[in-house]
Amino acid sequence: MSPMLIKPAFDIRSSEITDKTLYVNRREFIRAMTATAAAGAGLLAGPGAVVEAAEPAPHGRKLDKLRKSPLSVTDEKPNSWEQITTYNNYYEFGIEKDSAAIYAHTLKTEPWKVVVEGECNKPASYTLEDILKGETLEERIYRLRCVERWSMVVPWVGFPLANFIKRCEPTSKAKFVEFHTLNDPAQMPGVRVPVLRWPYKEGLRMDEAMHPLTILAVGLYGEVMPKQDGAPIRVVVPWKYGFKSGKSIVRIRFVEQEPLNTWKLSAAQEYGFYSNVNPSRDHPRWSQATERRIGEFFMRKTLMFNGYGNQVASLYAGMDLQRNY
Amino acid sequence: MTSGQAIRLVLKPAVFIAGLGPAGWLAWAIATGHLSPNPLSDLTNETGLWTLRFVCITLAVTPLRRLTGWNALIRFRRMVGLFAFFYGTLHFLTYVIADRFAGLDFPNGIVAWSTVGNLLVSIGDDIYKRPYITVGFTAFTCMVPLAATSTAGMIRRLGGRRWQALHRLIYGSAVAGVLHYWWLVKADLSSPQRYALIVGFLLLFRLLWARFRGAAPAAARSQALTGS
Repeated sequence: MSPMLIKPAFDIRSSEITDKTLYVNRREFIRAMTATAAAGAGLLAGPGAVVEAAEPAPHGRKLDKLRKSPLSVTDEKPNSWEQITTYNNYYEFGIEKDSAAIYAHTLKTEPWKVVVEGECNKPASYTLEDILKGETLEERIYRLRCVERWSMVVPWVGFPLANFIKRCEPTSKAKFVEFHTLNDPAQMPGVRVPVLRWPYKEGLRMDEAMHPLTILAVGLYGEVMPKQDGAPIRVVVPWKYGFKSGKSIVRIRFVEQEPLNTWKLSAAQEYGFYSNVNPSRDHPRWSQATERRIGEFFMRKTLMFNGYGNQVASLYAGMDLQRNY
Repeated sequence: MTSGQAIRLVLKPAVFIAGLGPAGWLAWAIATGHLSPNPLSDLTNETGLWTLRFVCITLAVTPLRRLTGWNALIRFRRMVGLFAFFYGTLHFLTYVIADRFAGLDFPNGIVAWSTVGNLLVSIGDDIYKRPYITVGFTAFTCMVPLAATSTAGMIRRLGGRRWQALHRLIYGSAVAGVLHYWWLVKADLSSPQRYALIVGFLLLFRLLWARFRGAAPAAARSQALTGS
């Protein structure tokens, strides 16, 4: 019986009955607050990000006469076309994983030019055709490890970056190579927002750039590179975190000093210049010891240099990789 | 139909169904493959965002009631708050399963006591080591006593005043939740900033309201004294 008596008392507590003197102030208070409240309600509804499966990239032109490469991964199944073309970071099109899949169709990849400049004997503006002239395209099935703890296996098509660098004839002063991604607000909605300092810049030490594993990729699954994956030409460095591999390259610069890459510029304590995949060097905010292969539930152990240690560990002999992260 | 009946028979069930909406939608999206190629990450992000949204809605009840004078709004607050806890629980469980359990070693097979121990160590370690996990866990922990004392019986047992004091924990939960979100994003802070703004406004409103309310009787008194 007592609950029946007590319960209504909680429905309207005396403290909740509006004090009469309040009416005087309420009107002013409401005027001051309503606008802000409305703005707040709008904001709450605004970021209602609904996850939607983005459409996979349309299939492009087949690339002929591909050579298989002994450097390809053989014992791991590549991720699907759908996975590779709907899930990646390409901030020039937006910060969500499906932003590139949704917006990259506006990217105009023909004609395409890459400006080569800096410490080299052949600075010029190269067309994509120039760059591909005389190159034999290879299939390179590589592991890709994102700094965010997910990974994929990607069947790229490309050729060694070293081939192109040799054609540019870098001078003895060229110690590093810098890569710039296209920065065009008309084609790339993401660069209209200053999330990062545009254009996106990445760089490699000369020996890293000349390493046989480092490629300029122009295709995926035997087809022309889908726009969301960095068409028409991008860098792929498989032993480093994904962000080191610049997409849609428009400028290659040979320099003497270590370039300041975009993510290092954004947060130097989190992203260094080297950014080699390293399970024993945690990101300040999360562990890098494990990774989720897209499509799997249980995580895998992340491998030193993303499993390419045999080929690349010698590049870093004697270096403290905890400090040079 | 009285307004009390309208609330009980129509509006409350409607709010309840709406509150289940995001969970239902997520369940449907998982079942039909409408999430991204990394569905566990989507699940983590979405349940986290909905927790924050329901915390904001819960915190908005009192200011809205004050502004509109529609006191019946209070009757929805418990339900909305429990939905915040519901999504918070889903978010925490997703983290435990998809982020901690899935990353374990299973030296004695998956079904083993060592799995339980390793899981607890892995969770504890993460909470201790990673500040964004620490605040996220704090935000969730703050909600547990609120959900546990949400029944009429518990309100009665605690007494209104003590109950109310305890439930101020939601302020801490909201602030910790926003911080959790803020600290986990990589570069674009615009979304956590939006939530910080909303939570900041909802808390500031309370402060200002308390001030105005405190000032009002004094103003009335001085008016009476001067005889105007």
